[in-house]
Order: sequence, then C-alpha cells, then structure tokens
Amino acid sequence: MTEPYLMRALLGGMGLALVAAPLGCFVVWRRMAYFGEAVAQSGLIGIALGLALALNLTTSIFVVTLAVSGLLLLLSRQTLVPIDTLLGLVAHAALALGVITASLIQGPQLDLMTFLFGDIFAISRGDLRWIYFGGLVALGLEIWLWRPLLSISVHEDLAAAEGTRTEPFKGAFVLLLALVVAIAIKIVGVLLTVAFLIMPAAAARPLSETPEQMAVFAAIFGMLSVALGLFLSVALDTPGGPSIVLMLAVFFMVAVFPSVLRQRR
Amino acid sequence: MDGRERQPLTGLPAAGRQPPSERQARNGEARPTPLDDAGNGPLAEQWREGTLISAHGIALSRGGRSLLQDVDIDVAPGEIVTLIGPNGAGKTTLVRVLLGILRPNRGTVKRKAGLGVGYVPQRLEVDRSIPLTVTRFVALGRRASAAEVEAALAEVGAQALLERQLTELSGGELQRVVLARALVRSPELLVLDEPVRGVDYAGEAELYTLIGRLRSERGFGVLLVSHDLHIVMAQSDRVICLNHHVCCSGVPHSVAQHPEYARLFGPQASRAIGLYQHHHDHSHDLAGAPRPPSSAPFRPQEFK
Repeated sequence: MTEPYLMRALLGGMGLALVAAPLGCFVVWRRMAYFGEAVAQSGLIGIALGLALALNLTTSIFVVTLAVSGLLLLLSRQTLVPIDTLLGLVAHAALALGVITASLIQGPQLDLMTFLFGDIFAISRGDLRWIYFGGLVALGLEIWLWRPLLSISVHEDLAAAEGTRTEPFKGAFVLLLALVVAIAIKIVGVLLTVAFLIMPAAAARPLSETPEQMAVFAAIFGMLSVALGLFLSVALDTPGGPSIVLMLAVFFMVAVFPSVLRQRR
Repeated sequence: MDGRERQPLTGLPAAGRQPPSERQARNGEARPTPLDDAGNGPLAEQWREGTLISAHGIALSRGGRSLLQDVDIDVAPGEIVTLIGPNGAGKTTLVRVLLGILRPNRGTVKRKAGLGVGYVPQRLEVDRSIPLTVTRFVALGRRASAAEVEAALAEVGAQALLERQLTELSGGELQRVVLARALVRSPELLVLDEPVRGVDYAGEAELYTLIGRLRSERGFGVLLVSHDLHIVMAQSDRVICLNHHVCCSGVPHSVAQHPEYARLFGPQASRAIGLYQHHHDHSHDLAGAPRPPSSAPFRPQEFK
C-alpha cells in the first residue's frame, strides 16, 4: 500500500471523514439528510459548469451548492408542499439539469459514473490541498459553532427564548454543509456524499452517551471505513467510493444490532 | 444555590402587586385590583419602572388568519400572571411573541434590560438521535457548574435523574428537568406554557405548589399558560382571559365572575374557581369542597 495514488486516496478520504463526522451528527440531529441529498445532487450542475468554464471544480461546485441551499431555504417558507416532497423535487430537478448540462457540454461520451460515484483513486496533489485547506476551515467552523448549534438542535424555541440568536447559526450551518459537500463530491461523487455524512454518525449513535462522544465515534468509524474500504477495493478490484460506503453500512449494522435485539418483543 | 438568598424585588408601584412576603401576610383578604368597566384591569396601562416584560397592541396573523388582535400584557417581578383561554385562542402564539421567537405584525414588546428568562415549553420533544444526559441538558447553552445543576435538579425533586439519558425519562420527569433548566439560569421571569400536559393530577398539584413556593423564595415573575380554569388560578395574582384578544382580566375571582369569561367557558365554569379539577367540556357535577379564592398554598389532600 505504498503506491502514491493509494496514499493520496487514504489521506484524502480520512481527512474528509474527520471533517464530515461532527457535521454529519448535526445533519442527523437536525433531520437534514434529504436537505444534504438535494444539495449534493445539485453538485453535478457545478461540475458541468466548472468543466464548461474551465474553473476549479471544487469552487464551481461550492458556488452551486451554496445557491441551491439558499433556494431550498427560500422554498421552505411556503407551507403548501411538504418539506420532504420539496427536497425530493429539488434533488431530482438538480440531477436532471446536471446530467443535461454535462452531456451538452461534453457530449454523450462523458463518463457520468465518475461524477456520480466519485473517483477516490484520482485524487491529485492539488485536490489534497483543497481537501485539507477547505477541511481545516470547515473543522474550525464546526468547533466554533458546536455549542450554539447543539443548543439549537436540542430545542430551537428553548434556545431562542434563552437568548441564543438562532438564524445566524442556522445560516452558518447551511454554509458549512455546502462547503463540505463541495469538497466531498470530488472524492465520493454526487450520489454517495450524504452517505459520508450520515452513516458514521448513525453508526456512532447507539454507542454514545454525549454529543461529543458521538462526533468522535463517527470520526473513528469514518476513518476506519476509508481504510478498510480502500483495502477491499484494492484487494478485490472494486470501485473505491462504494466500497467505503459499504464498510460504513457494515459498521452501522454491527453498532445498531444490540439495540434492535433489546427492542424485540 | 444562591437564588435562595435572593430577596423578593420590592418597590412595586401598583396595588395588587405586592412582593410575595407581603402578599402572604395578607393571605385570605380580598385583593385590591378591580376590573374597570371595559374589563381591562391594569393591562391598559403603560410601561412602568420595574416591569419585567410588557407587550402593547400585539397583532399577529398567519396565513390570512388573525391569531392575535391588539393584545396588551405585562408581568411584574414576584407576580404570577395566568393566561387562560380555549384551545386555539392564541396563548402559545402570544408566549412566543413575548419570548422573541415570533415577530408580531403590529405592536411592541418591551423587556427589562438584560432580562433573564426561564422557559418551559408546552411540549418538549428532543430528537432521540441526540445523546444527552439530564445534567448536560440542564446546563446547555450556559456555563453552569455541576453544583448549580445539581442544586436546580434537587429543587424540583429530580436529583436522582442526574446521569440519566434524556430519552429515558417519563413525561413528568422530563417536565421537572425542563423546569430545572429554567431555574439554573436564575431567571427573573419564568414562562410556563401548559406545564401539566401529560402529568397526572397529583403531579399537577405538586407542580403548581412548587412553582408558587419558588416564586415566594426567589421573587421571580411567572407567566403561566393554561387552557382551563383550574386551581392554579387561586395561586395567580392576575388572570388574563385570551381568545385572540383579551376578553377580560383581573384577579382570579373577578375574572371568574366576568360575563365574557362565562361566555367563553360556559356558565358553570364561574362556579368552579378554586376547585381542584374542572374541565369546561365536561358536564359532570362539580363534586368536592369549594374553596375560597385565596393565595394560600394548595394542598391536594384536602380533596382526596
């Protein structure tokens, strides 16, 4: 396991797992998995635009994920269409628009699979710099936002009544989510990005007694899954991103199984 | 806990707003806050020194429906104000406006500078995906020492729950823990929105007795929301009857006699003041010894 491309995949994946862990906890606690999904799927539009305008892909993805997050917040003000319908609608519309834009720009030969499922073995040195620079910013924001966001996630009205100004923190959270999604898309693709956020947190939940424990366990599960997934991928010649996600699912199943048994009647 | 030593705030200007110590000395006497002809009582008056929170001319509509119309309300230190009204009368909406969670379409909310608020919402549902101990929940959003948290939990009789997970608590236990969270902030104003939902009657009486005692000891103002005429009114200094607008207000006894009140809750409701339990949607006989309207602490065993 000393091939440079393998080392870069390992470093990139583990860095991402570390950054995604605390954020993923908030995504789970705030029930924003589908919000993340809609934002992630809009990343394909960002990829297409980036390719067309010869921009840095992470930057163009970030611009689009941020714009779509804003659009979702705006649309969620209406109450006639339920929020899950709205999120599904935006996710699919974004995917459709992304695929169409990509094929218009690149022609039918475009390898969509690479963008939908990522190519962790194609991480370049430049990508790695992006992951670590963007990731460091994201991690700093996560630590700074941790206490107020936790308070808001536990009970928003209570936090507001006690004097926390909720709107700026919620806004910062959405910004952070857009940033981490933009970083992750390059590695695990449009369709698997949210898995990187929610699966480690979900696996950590049954073992945790405090919110901080959950974030730490999520980071550990995420990084272990990256290592094991890459090992699996090299050993069996399976695709990298899906192998990691499969490992995350195994961690979740093992972690949650005891509580399933306890609940049995 | 340092809150215990705090003296009730004094220097209150209005009659009927004595600090608790004084009020208890007057126990049983009729209290001197009459309703005016319009049934507005002291509410129409403007901001006074020492008032904790004061809202004036609050109007709010959502989705084309008017929820609040020209509502005035204020709470002074050491005072228990009870907000009653039928379901859907806008009580919780008004509370959320007062707490700054909702922005009204019209009207102003003035708070004393740096007002510390403790809030016990109507339903507390914490997502089960958040692992949280009781201790952590009580201290959340605030740097409270372990001793302070323990003292607050002991005050509401929940010290045994310290290390339990929030998800394991029963409704009654959770209610106490939320009250402890409000108390650990040493609030000047305690806002309780139907705090007895899902609590049995013994627990209900106990909770109101506890709130009355804490008010006496700490001198904070209390805004209590209820959808029903209840024994709690006997502990209230003022009752405000809300049905999108303020129907009537005043001391509990006078509100219970007010025609607007009778119209809202049915004629038999007026007779029910001071009774342990009463639901205006029941037609059963009002059994149980009637109780003179006073601010004496309620003792549930009288009615067992």
